[in-house]
Amino acid sequence: MSYPLIYERSRKGRRGLKLVKGTPRAEDFLPKEHLRETPPRLPEVDELTLVRHYTGLSRRQVGVDTTFYPLGSCTMKYNPKLHEEAARLFHPLHPYQDPGTVQGALRLMWELGEYLKALTGMDAITLEPAAGAHGELTGILVIRAYHEDRGEGKARRLVLVPDSAHGSNPATASMAGYQVKEIPSGPDGEVDLEALKRELGPHVAALMLTNPNTLGLFERRILEIARLCKEAGVQLYYDGANLNAVMGWARPGDMGFDVVHLNLHKTFTVPHGGGGPGSGPVGVKAHLAPYLPVPLVARGEEGFYLDFGRPKSIGRVRSFHGNFLALVRAWAYIRTLGLEGLKKAAALSVLNARYLKELLKERGYRVPYDGPTMHEFVAQPPPGFRALDLAKGLLELGFHPPTVYFPLIVKEALMVEPTETESKETLEAFAEAMGELLKKPREWLENAPYTTPVRRLDEVRANKHPKLTYFDES
Amino acid sequence: MDYTPHTEEEIRAMLERVGAESLQDLFAHLPREVVNPEIRLPEPMPEWAVLEELSRLARENLPAHKAFLGGGVRSHHVPPVVQALALRGEFLTAYTPYQPEVSQGVLQATFEYQTMIAELTGLEVANASMYDGATALAEGVLLALRETGRMGVLVSQGVHPEYREVLQAYLEAVGAELRTLPLEGGRTPVPPVEEGVGAVVAQNPNFLGALEDLRPLAEAAHRAGALFVAVADPLSLALLKPPGALGADIAVGDGQVLGLPMGFGGPHFGYLATKKAFVRQLPGRLVSETVDVDGRRGFLLTLQAREQYIRRAKARSNITTNAQLTALMGAMYLAALGPEGLREVALKGVAQAHRLRSLLLELPGVSPFTPEPFFNEFVLRLPRDPQEVRRALAERGLHAATPVPGEYGERLALFAATELHEEEDLLALRDALAEVLA
Repeated sequence: MSYPLIYERSRKGRRGLKLVKGTPRAEDFLPKEHLRETPPRLPEVDELTLVRHYTGLSRRQVGVDTTFYPLGSCTMKYNPKLHEEAARLFHPLHPYQDPGTVQGALRLMWELGEYLKALTGMDAITLEPAAGAHGELTGILVIRAYHEDRGEGKARRLVLVPDSAHGSNPATASMAGYQVKEIPSGPDGEVDLEALKRELGPHVAALMLTNPNTLGLFERRILEIARLCKEAGVQLYYDGANLNAVMGWARPGDMGFDVVHLNLHKTFTVPHGGGGPGSGPVGVKAHLAPYLPVPLVARGEEGFYLDFGRPKSIGRVRSFHGNFLALVRAWAYIRTLGLEGLKKAAALSVLNARYLKELLKERGYRVPYDGPTMHEFVAQPPPGFRALDLAKGLLELGFHPPTVYFPLIVKEALMVEPTETESKETLEAFAEAMGELLKKPREWLENAPYTTPVRRLDEVRANKHPKLTYFDES
Repeated sequence: MDYTPHTEEEIRAMLERVGAESLQDLFAHLPREVVNPEIRLPEPMPEWAVLEELSRLARENLPAHKAFLGGGVRSHHVPPVVQALALRGEFLTAYTPYQPEVSQGVLQATFEYQTMIAELTGLEVANASMYDGATALAEGVLLALRETGRMGVLVSQGVHPEYREVLQAYLEAVGAELRTLPLEGGRTPVPPVEEGVGAVVAQNPNFLGALEDLRPLAEAAHRAGALFVAVADPLSLALLKPPGALGADIAVGDGQVLGLPMGFGGPHFGYLATKKAFVRQLPGRLVSETVDVDGRRGFLLTLQAREQYIRRAKARSNITTNAQLTALMGAMYLAALGPEGLREVALKGVAQAHRLRSLLLELPGVSPFTPEPFFNEFVLRLPRDPQEVRRALAERGLHAATPVPGEYGERLALFAATELHEEEDLLALRDALAEVLA
């Protein structure tokens, strides 16, 4: 039995919400040649059918609210319900209303900017970017504008990324018009310093790092890396996807980074929403501040205002003022926890990950880069097991699997990030399930899952003959 | 309050298991110079105090419910049923559906969303969403440039100024060239399209609210081998000929008008629709129907070789997180209203905007600027600076007169009407504006 599409629940002439009574004729206002001849084929359902449809769909979906979700580098922590109520307080604000009538919203943005600057050790910040990758693009464009302003734009055409980097890093560099070069990881999983030294030079614009890196390892030579970059005129970019591990304990600014983006939807509890919307503020050191996008929230004698008068700015990266309601949630999180709470959260995210790592090693998993890992670690199954099959087996046992096949430098990688909001017994139950999987017959694993809403799907068919809409007949 | 479940005893036991003496010890391997910096943040607060403080901040704003402000965001009804469904924890707290067996909820809802956007725009496919209308435009134009292998873009001045600014930033990054086509009499003239132009862009209704004749623009683009990109308010497409039927190859826009809270500008969602022939150049996620091993219908992310986490530097875009939940709210809204309900909402806005315009034109010194025919927004020339007018109106509890950027002319203000405005609201605005201008 397939779950029906909303279109299959539709009955011609059935009505749901009626927001208007007695409508006029379109022809009285709009010339006939502009009017569509056939209405769009939208579903026609009553409100209860609508509610049952989406409630039913939600039951075919797992989230942090239902299931342990240890996706590496995604920081699937609990999203406090308080934040949803907080966001609602700011729903009815229009981006173009008189600035005198949005002083509370502007103050909130300004304060959040100050908190994030304090937590990252940066001098200036933009809250405009709508997601982490959007923040990356903003940050790299800022770096580019800086080099161009100094007359080095033509010479510096290369962005360096480690081979363990998130895929968005090289994709961002390409989008910003740069060539990309990968730096290998050393045997300890950290950036190979000698390889980095060979690449640095006047042709390099930036080095993008995430610290701790995607193996969960803190780059212990970060001060040396920063010094080398500085000597070579290379800007050091911090991908904030993994900030949860060190929030409050160490700051990218103190490590020598010039730019940092934050994922408010990872570290600062904005819900992921099945893929978005998120928010990706970008902090920079003072020398890059003139290039940040417009507008910036500023504080003047007559209150808070949006500053557009920034001649060296890279311009606009998003309409209006960014994903404001996400900012409200992050503000609420920081004010609820304070510095001590944030530090405790970071420390427990590390403790949970280290503890789970020990439990998995005990059950036969390997950890190829088994240094002092932090909020996440990358495990490998024993020889002969496929990460994909284990992931599908976990689904059958009621857990969301870790990130699989990433980072690319580890074969059959299982990248595990439990986050601080999970309890000891959940970690133990998960480890138990991971152990159980290794005892399952091969055939059971290869065919799992069995009782999920659907079982393994035919990806090849979808790739060869994608059916992308209900009416798509091709 | 920190949302962590650990008891002191558990922390001790876990520390022991991992061979650490204290939480501090977990950071002992970090360079000494960077650990434990002095950071100044406000003291933590209990939940009720956080809410009180936020309520205080919220009261420093004057809510803009029923605002007459336009320009990409409007005050529409935000249906409680959509809000309630979107708060379902399974939707709210899920990640990107990389494990389709347990993500059919988000995947199927996205497939339905793609269908509805394709229907509205008259195009064959839509991706799973973009951040907003402006970045959807930028990505849509980049798609056109990849498809044509050209680096020139011709954009109508009738496209939202902020969208053009975002487009400019994205195009500069890849070295593409943007030329703006000035409006003539409030509409986009049919331009000569030079060789090397890969995309021609226009917005309908345009930023001034006027209806554009898209077909000749699309034809001019196609004659020169360029693609035509249309920016369209999705609500308007309940009534207006869809871009696809007028020759658009790509349609983009912002979904806020589909029942999403204004939220001071976000998060909303951007939509991006195109022809199936261009699907391999599409940025972002895409959901396809398929079957599972038991032959049941199911949905999954498809053609992922376009995306950053597979292709890295060769990806079509760096987009990862999009605006999935808000896009699904847009789809829920469309399903809640249906074709007839949506048409009624759109039409009431049009009717009230026309009524409002004639009321405001009664005032001395106020003159029309947007030519007819127009849709649900229009621009007037005021006898006073619009910023001052907007402020004076706000002092009277009304939000109206969005100042229009100087590139379009002096003392111009934008007005919008929606299904929320009744005759008495229109009269109240006329009277308040009369006072302000007196």
